[in-house]
Formats: sequence, C-alpha cells, structure tokens
Amino acid sequence: MAKIKLIRREKESPLARVLVPVTSVLMAFAVGWIILALAGHNPVLVYQKLYNGALGSSYAVSETMVKAIPLMVAGLAVSLAFKMKLWNIGAEGQIYMGALAASWIALNLGQSSGPWLVIPLMMIAAFAAGACWGLVPGVLKAYWQVNETIITLMLNYVAISWVDYLVFGPWKDPNSMGFPLTPIFAPAAQLPTWGDSRVHLGLILAMVIAIIFYLSIQYTRWGYEVRVMGESSAAARYAGMNVTKNIMLVMLISGGIAGIAGMIEVSGITHRLQQGISPGYGYTAIIVAWLARLNPLAIIMVAFLFGALLVGGFAVQIVGVSFSITQVLQGTVLFFLLAGEIFINYKVVLAHKEVL
Amino acid sequence: MKFKRIVVLTLIAMLLSTLAVGCGNDAEPEGGAPADQSENIKVGWVYIGVPGDYGWTYAHNQGREYMEDEIPGVESIVLENVPEGADAERSFEQLAQEGCSIIFGTSFGYGDAMLAVAKKYPDIKFMHATGLETADNLGTYFGRIYQARYLSGMVAGAMTENNQLGYVAAFPIPEVVRGINAFTLGVLAVNPEATVKVVWTNTWFDPTKEKEAAKSLLETGCDVIAQHQDTAEPQVAAEEAGKYSIGYNNDMKEFAPNANLTSPIWNWGPFYVDTIKSVMDGSWTSEAYWGGLDEGIVDLAPISDKVPAEVVEQVEAKKQAMTDKEWDVFMGPIKAQDGSEKVAQGQVLTDAEMLSMDWFVAGVLGNL
Repeated sequence: MAKIKLIRREKESPLARVLVPVTSVLMAFAVGWIILALAGHNPVLVYQKLYNGALGSSYAVSETMVKAIPLMVAGLAVSLAFKMKLWNIGAEGQIYMGALAASWIALNLGQSSGPWLVIPLMMIAAFAAGACWGLVPGVLKAYWQVNETIITLMLNYVAISWVDYLVFGPWKDPNSMGFPLTPIFAPAAQLPTWGDSRVHLGLILAMVIAIIFYLSIQYTRWGYEVRVMGESSAAARYAGMNVTKNIMLVMLISGGIAGIAGMIEVSGITHRLQQGISPGYGYTAIIVAWLARLNPLAIIMVAFLFGALLVGGFAVQIVGVSFSITQVLQGTVLFFLLAGEIFINYKVVLAHKEVL
Repeated sequence: MKFKRIVVLTLIAMLLSTLAVGCGNDAEPEGGAPADQSENIKVGWVYIGVPGDYGWTYAHNQGREYMEDEIPGVESIVLENVPEGADAERSFEQLAQEGCSIIFGTSFGYGDAMLAVAKKYPDIKFMHATGLETADNLGTYFGRIYQARYLSGMVAGAMTENNQLGYVAAFPIPEVVRGINAFTLGVLAVNPEATVKVVWTNTWFDPTKEKEAAKSLLETGCDVIAQHQDTAEPQVAAEEAGKYSIGYNNDMKEFAPNANLTSPIWNWGPFYVDTIKSVMDGSWTSEAYWGGLDEGIVDLAPISDKVPAEVVEQVEAKKQAMTDKEWDVFMGPIKAQDGSEKVAQGQVLTDAEMLSMDWFVAGVLGNL
C-alpha cells in the first residue's frame, strides 16, 4: 500500500523553479487540447494561432508588449506592498486616479508647453494621485489597524466613479456629440512610440522602476526593513524599526507606481481619458506579482508572458474559437500554474505504511 | 507510477478527441479551405459583447448569420468581447491582416481605433456602428430606433394603470436620451397624464445591475418597464413582479412571456447584405447611414394580445405615417422637461440636433 505524501523541501530547488511552471503550462495545454477538441476545434490550428497572434510576428510581439506594460507597472506596484504583507488590491483604482491626474495636466498644459515639461508633470501628478489613493488605506492601517484589503478594494469603485463623472461631465469634449470622452491630448502629452508600433516609452519606465525596486529592496537598509516587517512586524518593532511609518510609506509608493501605470496608458495608448481605460489591469497585476513571486525582475518577464496569453486569446477567435472557450483556456493555464506552485515548496514522495 | 498512468491517459484522450474532430471536419468543411477562392471575400466583425447577451450583440450576430445565408461564400471572422481601450486597435489590425475586405465595429468607443487602422489600410473598408467620424474608407451606420421606441411608448402608455412608467437606461449619451424622449412622447400621445421615471445603470452589459435597477423602479410603483440595455434582465424583473415590460434589441417575448408587450428591434441583416454586396461589386462609398422604419433596419416586434385592438390600430397608423415620411417623432410642438417650448409648432429637429440631444422632454422624471 503506497501512500502519496507531501514533504516540505528544506531548500527551494532552483530546478523545480523552472521545471514546475513549464510542466504546468504544458499540462494546461494538454487539458486545453481536449477541451478544444470536444468543442469541435482543431487544437493544432488553435495553438498555432495563439502563438502567432501573441509572438509570431514583430507586430504581434509589439502588441503583446503593449498589453504587458501596464501589467508590469501595476505588478511592481502591488508586489512592493505584498513584500510587507500589505494587501493592496486597489491598484485598479490607483491606475484610474493616476490616469485622471495625468489627464488633468495633459488637458491644461498640453497645448501650451513642450513634452519635456508636460510628460514629467503628468508622471508626478499621476504618482501623487495614486499615492493618495494608497495612503488613505495606509494611514487607516497604520494607526487603527483597519483592514487594508477592504479599503483598497472599495476605493477602486470610488476612483472609477470619479473618472466617469469627469468624462460625462466637466471634461467632456464639446465636439464629441455628447459622448463620454475628453478631447484628444496634444502631441506634447503623448508618450513617444517605437517606430510605427504602439510600444511606448512606458516600457523603459517599467524597467527602470523594476531595477530601482530590485536594488532598493535587495541592497538598502530600508529594503531590508521592509523584508523584515513582511516576515514579522513584531520582530521588526522589537528591533526598533518604525513599522507605522513604513506601512504608510509603502502604501504610498505602491499606490504611486500604480498611478504611473494609469498615466502611461492614457498618455501612451488611448491619448485621452475615457471609460474603461483599464480592463482590470489592477487585478491581473495581482496574479502577475504572485506568479513572479514578488521578484521585480521576474515581474517584467511574467507580465510579458501573461500579455502573450491575453493577446493570443483574442487572436484565436479568428479561427472561430469563441470568447468563452478562450477564457476556459486561459483559466486552465492559470489553474495549473497556481496549483503547480505547491511542487516548488514540497516534494511528492510515495510512502509505504510500514515506513510510518 | 500513478503519474505515468495519468500522462498516458491524457495522451490517449488527446488523440481520441483529435480523431473526433478529424471525422467532424470531413463531414462538414469549416470555411478553412474553400473550394472556390475567387468568389470568396472575408468580412470581419468586432463585437463589444457576446452574442449570448440576447441584446445588442445578439442582434448584430443575427444580422451576420442572415448575411451568411444570403451571400454564400462570404467568410466571416468575429472577435467577441473586445474592450474599447487598448485592445480595440489590435483587433481591427488583426482582422485587416487576415485579409478582410470590410470590417464592422459595433461600439461607439471603437472610433479612435477604427480611424487609426483605416488610415493604415486604405484598401480595406471600415464601418462603425453608432460612430461619429468618417473617412474615405470609414463609414458609420445606425438606425432610427427612436421611431420604434415612440411606437413602443404608445403601447406602454395605453397599458399603464397608475400612469407611472420606468425606464432602465445605460448611459446619459445622446443615443439613450433620444430613446427616452421618443418613448416618453409616445406615452404622452396616448396618455397625457403619465410620467416616465429614468434610472441610470452606467453600464451597457451587467445583468445583475440591470435587474436591480428595474426592481427599484417597480418598487416605486412603476407598472411598465422599458429599457436601453444589452440584456433582457429588466424584462425578467417585470415578469417576476407581475407587471408589464417593453424590451429592446430583439423580440424579448421569450424572456418575459406574460410581461412582454412589444420591443423596438434591430434588423441588421439586410443592411449587412447590401453593404457587403456593394463592397463586392465595387460600388461602396463612405457614408453616415441612418436608416429608419422605411428601410426596415428598425422595427417593432409583434404586439402582445393583451393590448386592445384600437391601440394596435393607432400604433399601426403612426408607423405607416413614419414609414411614408409624413410625420416624425421630433416634430413640434415639444416641451422640454422644465416646461419651456423646445421645438415650435411646425418645426422638426435636424439629424444633427437629434444626434447630439442632451435634454429631456416634459414627462421624463430623471436627471442628465
């Protein structure tokens, strides 16, 4: 009588770190194969389209990048908070507030000033607005232990309503025949793009943020404190670290970075403020952050692969796969990836009864 | 051991499932390798929702299927559930790269994306439903659904018992405002005492929210629920409350067999057929199409038996007058919500005035 047992690995195996996710994805595609076939599709054709649509041409890669940029920035934002075990699930709202503040600068200064002034100002405004949206739950948490998960989540709806109010009301383009759009930003308020693709400066920005994040967490005293506070706030307090201050600071920076994600989306892609500027990037970013195990450099990579999955998911509709089946496929991949995580920290052994 | 067995079983399942597809494909080739390439053109659609909404996207998809029956050999490619932000432009570009001769986009928010892609592909035609901007290879199309809404208002106005009607509305944009006004004018034409209460949901597609909005109207005493949304949930709410309802987009009778009175409906099929034929024979030109009852792109679904025959007659007469272009909904005198005269006797609103409508007629209870 053999029995399956899970035993915690003493050390995380680097081989498992690579092999497990790869196997998970392969197994997900195997299950997806069956689902596709049962739905009457040719799996080979569908997977081919998935690949071609996401990575098969320079255009496809550029579009995957476009999709990945906001995921990178928002993923970095939430993972900073997660490092300290602060559950900031409000990146979505922080994105909207960042987009709102950036649009305010763009609409007011875009016509009269050059890009060297307008774009940095948009960034600062977006960071400040996102930071405010992160600071509110941060303060509540730091002083009164109010659950930040709930506050950040609820603030998402407030932020989206603010954007709705402005695009339906005061900021509505008078020439839009009453439709809820702001005017198009002046060229000075638009991020430069790479060649004739839609890949914009936000990509560089995301990488810079990732590197600063990595260096400061890994090599500075503050980064060390954040890591310690994440492990045990009691121990951190005992060691004389100012936990109260750092909760607020981390939530502020986390919100600010998410705000930047909103800015690059309006300035780099939509070129105006409108409804639905983020189709849930703030939530997808949470998955990206966890799959990358909160490692800022891995986030860049995971966000890109995730972008590929999303973009490829749209492309397979061209060969007749419906949106719902695409979602089942994407869900299967996620399910296997997350379920596979257990095999990184644990190993499976077959134990015989008598051994026990 | 066990793991190996799972792997083997999975592989077998994959093989079997592929075999099943193989057989299926033999029996019924799926547009992949058409016999006659020369006759074929590809047509693309970008939908804001899914055909399963039984509303806006469903109506477009019905039109597309009608077109497939009418013009054999057209291969249609559909992208569903495409959001209006960053994803839109890529979707149109992908359809262009697939070699579509004409691409339809069914939501207002696709405007910027369609304009950008149309500029990149001057040889491909683009048609933007409910759109604003046109270009040499980008046209817009829409229908005068307000005419059918007026007729549905007449039915609703005749059937209300306490003179309170409810209207579940998506967004305060001209298209929706125009619909509410037309409906209210129809109500008042048969029942000058009645009022129409408006609730905004700020969403096109959210079944739960739409139903809740309808319930809130029913609770304040409304006994007929009309709507401008993408699903049939407001109808379901009226059905459950034992009140009446006016659907939208399609005949929503099956969702509310007892509540349903009628629905203003879309009939996109013939338009899609004509447009695609004009692309095939080279006669397509960019235009801002806005057809009405006379063209058949909008219509009124069959009226329920519960509605008295004399009301149906009245409705038919008005419909005839609009079809013959003897009369239209926004013909004066029309009063605004505050009681001031908005359209004078003998005056008619122009298309531009209707398309940018941002005021309510008297009789509407609600804010913009």
